[in-house]
Amino acid sequence: MEIIKRIFEELSEGEADKTELLTQEALRQGVSPEIILKEGLIAGMNMIGERFKKGELFVPEVLLAARAMQAGMNILKLRLIQTGVKPAGRIIIGTVKGDLHDIGKNLVAMMLEGAGFEIIDLGIDTAPERFIQEVKDKKPQIVALSALLTTTLPMMKNTMELLRSEGLRGTVKVMVGGAPLTQKYADEIGADGYAPDAVSAVAKARELISLMKIA
Amino acid sequence: MVIVGEKINSSNKLVASALEKRDGKYIQTLAKEQAEAGADYIDVNAGIFGDQEAEILTWLVKTVQAQVQKPCCIDSPNPDAIEKALEVHQGRAMINSITGEKERQQKLIPLVKYHQAKVIALCLGEKGIPETADERVQIASSIIDLLVQEGISLHDIYIDPLVQPIATNPSSARIALEVIEKIMSRYHGIHTICGISNISYGLPSRKAINAAFLTMALAKGLDTAILDPCDPLMLSSLLASEGLIGRDSYGLKYIAAFRKGKIK
Repeated sequence: MEIIKRIFEELSEGEADKTELLTQEALRQGVSPEIILKEGLIAGMNMIGERFKKGELFVPEVLLAARAMQAGMNILKLRLIQTGVKPAGRIIIGTVKGDLHDIGKNLVAMMLEGAGFEIIDLGIDTAPERFIQEVKDKKPQIVALSALLTTTLPMMKNTMELLRSEGLRGTVKVMVGGAPLTQKYADEIGADGYAPDAVSAVAKARELISLMKIA
Repeated sequence: MVIVGEKINSSNKLVASALEKRDGKYIQTLAKEQAEAGADYIDVNAGIFGDQEAEILTWLVKTVQAQVQKPCCIDSPNPDAIEKALEVHQGRAMINSITGEKERQQKLIPLVKYHQAKVIALCLGEKGIPETADERVQIASSIIDLLVQEGISLHDIYIDPLVQPIATNPSSARIALEVIEKIMSRYHGIHTICGISNISYGLPSRKAINAAFLTMALAKGLDTAILDPCDPLMLSSLLASEGLIGRDSYGLKYIAAFRKGKIK
């Protein structure tokens, strides 16, 4: 479909206004919101993610593409709810307490959103208690914790422990990421998943959700 | 220009694995090559080690100073680890860093005084990193006032404007440059310092951006930088800029560096 191809292209170029207009145009032409989402926006972000991982694209280009994707999503959101299209899953994401860094966390949130997940972003400096409260209220499938500082890594452990003592570990999967993190540390604190970059985070989230479905 | 060599940082995977194995040789090689390239201080960071940070930081200070006769820049937000490291440090260390956060100030100021250390102050308050240059200058001013009240000399204070990537905020370089300019014109004798390489995060060919930013920061009055002195482009830009802003009379330092093959 010509219009879907154009949405894909404008998104790839980071053109938010054009992506928004074309999304409206596609709806007017009677294209289903689900097709626009999957074959336009999500397919576009997947391609961006892959090229970023290969080193062909750089951070600002990914941010601009993600903004374009969000512009398109804003148009589609209401229609998607009306037509009953379910998101790929619900994820709560945030940078742990004491840590004010959000670039990596935002990239991951945008890539996840671009992959069709519903994202609840708690921002930076998020206390364990807040994560717990949000998990109870919003019932996500996944909680994603971010830390850039070596000194705030222990806060991930604290958050994990509070989830456990509150009896929430059976209902929610936890994934962790951030520059100082390693798979080893993720295993030590009992996280379900670790991803070294934003693209891998999407794959990891999909994997965790599919595991939950089997279980 | 005072150079703090940035390479011994535990967020680098190779350094982290050397620290885990207490590979003194590897650490000393990094210390030596930075000192030879012109580092005045050797930054030491063991931040990823959590409970073991104090122990490893102390080991790092001893290991580095057994190899090079340079002071260390003790890089940790944890006052307890800084205290332990200062106890074994020879000469006057630089502490990296104090902030506008009260708790950290109360713990660090007595250490700065007791050890007569130099101290880096980040433009970071209780509520994080302010968006505007003016708010950062305000935080810096309140830290400076406090330190001076405590009897610490302006000459021992290094203000860090905090450098954020231009990849995600197009005005971040401009903000840092404005802070440097304002601090240097307001307080005579004070120093400004920044980590250069964060500016280029997320962009290709980072070295060109780092060198350009360093040059601009020098023009605004920056007199201390945390960088990799072994990077030839960085060092060349630094030496060239110092001549341009009148800190290298007749280009003699530049000529000397050229003879040693350091100019690229």
